[in-house]
Amino acid sequence: MIRIKFQQSLDELKERLLVMAGLVEQAIQRATEAYTSRDESLCELVKMSEPAINRMEREIDQLALDLLAMEQPMAVDLRFILSVIRINVDLERMGDQAVNIAGRVLDLGKQANVDLPVDIPRLALLSAAMVRKALQAFIEGDAEMAQSVLMLDDQVDDMNRDAFRALGDLIKDKPELAPQALNALIISRNLERVGDHATNIAEDVIFWVRGRDVRHHSLPDDGD
Amino acid sequence: MGVDIRVENLNAWYGPVHTLHDVSLHIPANHATALIGPSGCGKSTFVRCLNRMHETSPGARADGTVLMGDIDIYKDATPVEIRRRVGMVFQRPNPFPTMSIYDNVASGLKLNGFRKKRVLDEVVERSLKQAALWDEVKDDLKKKSGASISGGQQQRLCIARALAVDPEVLLMDEPASALDPVSTAKIEDLIFKLKSQYTIVIVTHNMQQAARVAENTGFFLMGKLVEFAPTTKIFTNPSDKRTEDYITGRFG
Ligand SMILES: Nc1ncnc2c1ncn2[C@@H]1O[C@H](COP(=O)(O)OP(=O)(O)OP(=O)(O)O)[C@@H](O)[C@H]1O
Ligand SMILES: [Mg+2]
Repeated sequence: MIRIKFQQSLDELKERLLVMAGLVEQAIQRATEAYTSRDESLCELVKMSEPAINRMEREIDQLALDLLAMEQPMAVDLRFILSVIRINVDLERMGDQAVNIAGRVLDLGKQANVDLPVDIPRLALLSAAMVRKALQAFIEGDAEMAQSVLMLDDQVDDMNRDAFRALGDLIKDKPELAPQALNALIISRNLERVGDHATNIAEDVIFWVRGRDVRHHSLPDDGD
Repeated sequence: MGVDIRVENLNAWYGPVHTLHDVSLHIPANHATALIGPSGCGKSTFVRCLNRMHETSPGARADGTVLMGDIDIYKDATPVEIRRRVGMVFQRPNPFPTMSIYDNVASGLKLNGFRKKRVLDEVVERSLKQAALWDEVKDDLKKKSGASISGGQQQRLCIARALAVDPEVLLMDEPASALDPVSTAKIEDLIFKLKSQYTIVIVTHNMQQAARVAENTGFFLMGKLVEFAPTTKIFTNPSDKRTEDYITGRFG
């Protein structure tokens, strides 16, 4: 093995991104748990994680930039660093979604607890699974696993669309429940966005591993 | 204007040593093509086969087809004719040290029998302008010798000398490897300008240089052409694992 220092820097970049991903996953998980338990302290924890996530985003960006400038990476290394830069952005946005959800949950806490025609925990489970799988694909450099994330996205989109319809109907039928319905609607939308970011991450993994850009295609390419 | 170069099954030897193995590729006219690969892989041997310079080494021979336009350079032409059509620039600038700048540039034409001063003056000026050296030397054309200017200027002088005979192909074997970044940038700008009129083949160890100047890049390894593709493809997503290992610096 040569270019030992460069290889170490690439490993470090990957490691840091995974630490950040851990924080983001935890934030999403806490936010959705808070929805079920209406636990306000969890919401506060989610909000408190934001500065740390933002700081990590900047550090990862800087490290990636340094490597581009100093090491002139090529081919698979270049694609890897580009993927990390993109994934970094997606993770940060996912963190924002978690914070948004926590905000909605806090608002819901001020409102009467009612039954809503939306299965937020299931939607949360599904989008969290997408995130996990996308990150696992990143850890293992597994384009096939990444490909399977793209399939899940349709399910999440469908669930969000159903929620939209059901909650819209509810607002029409029982306007007095509009505040709760709107919060649930926004949370559903936030979770759907989390799924979108997981999809982006999966696409970046495919780009890194296979050297092919699969973004903005309705159907995934079949493998080589 | 440049011409296409089509190389088919080119093999080259130094004495008993088989140095190039069945190299085939198409170098398009009016583009720059970069050749990369580890030391000793045969890049210089390859370009020297393109102007029949290889065979001038003792015991060296080449076999295969090299078409320049429709001329088979090993069948239809003499080495002297070929070298008029194919200019070459080397790693170390090699101006004629005692000749004036003017005479350096005019040397090829004089060798080909041109004597008219007016024609020579014109060609010298045009070539030095093409090589982006004119402004720096125009007042000392006959006063200064080829050796008395800087290394970067000497290299541009050699390019001017190669251009003076109006070649179709320009071969450059690591033309900027002995130069500082500013002189290097000048040479690269020059290649960028010249490639609309010539077929340029440049050997370089500097990946970024290949990326900057060449539309296509060939990767040589142990006398074989491993991969030939658009430069962006080679540097972002090469097809061959060996190319990837080399350009990512993980070779060996
Ligand atoms: N004049 C010569 N006589 C015998 N062998 C030679 C001669 N010139 C080159 N070789 C051998 O031929 C092989 C290819 O050499 P060549 O100079 O073409 O490599 P290269 O790719 O240009 O390397 P570099 O990047 O170091 O310039 C090498 O093994 C070299 O030792
Ligand atoms: Mg050489």
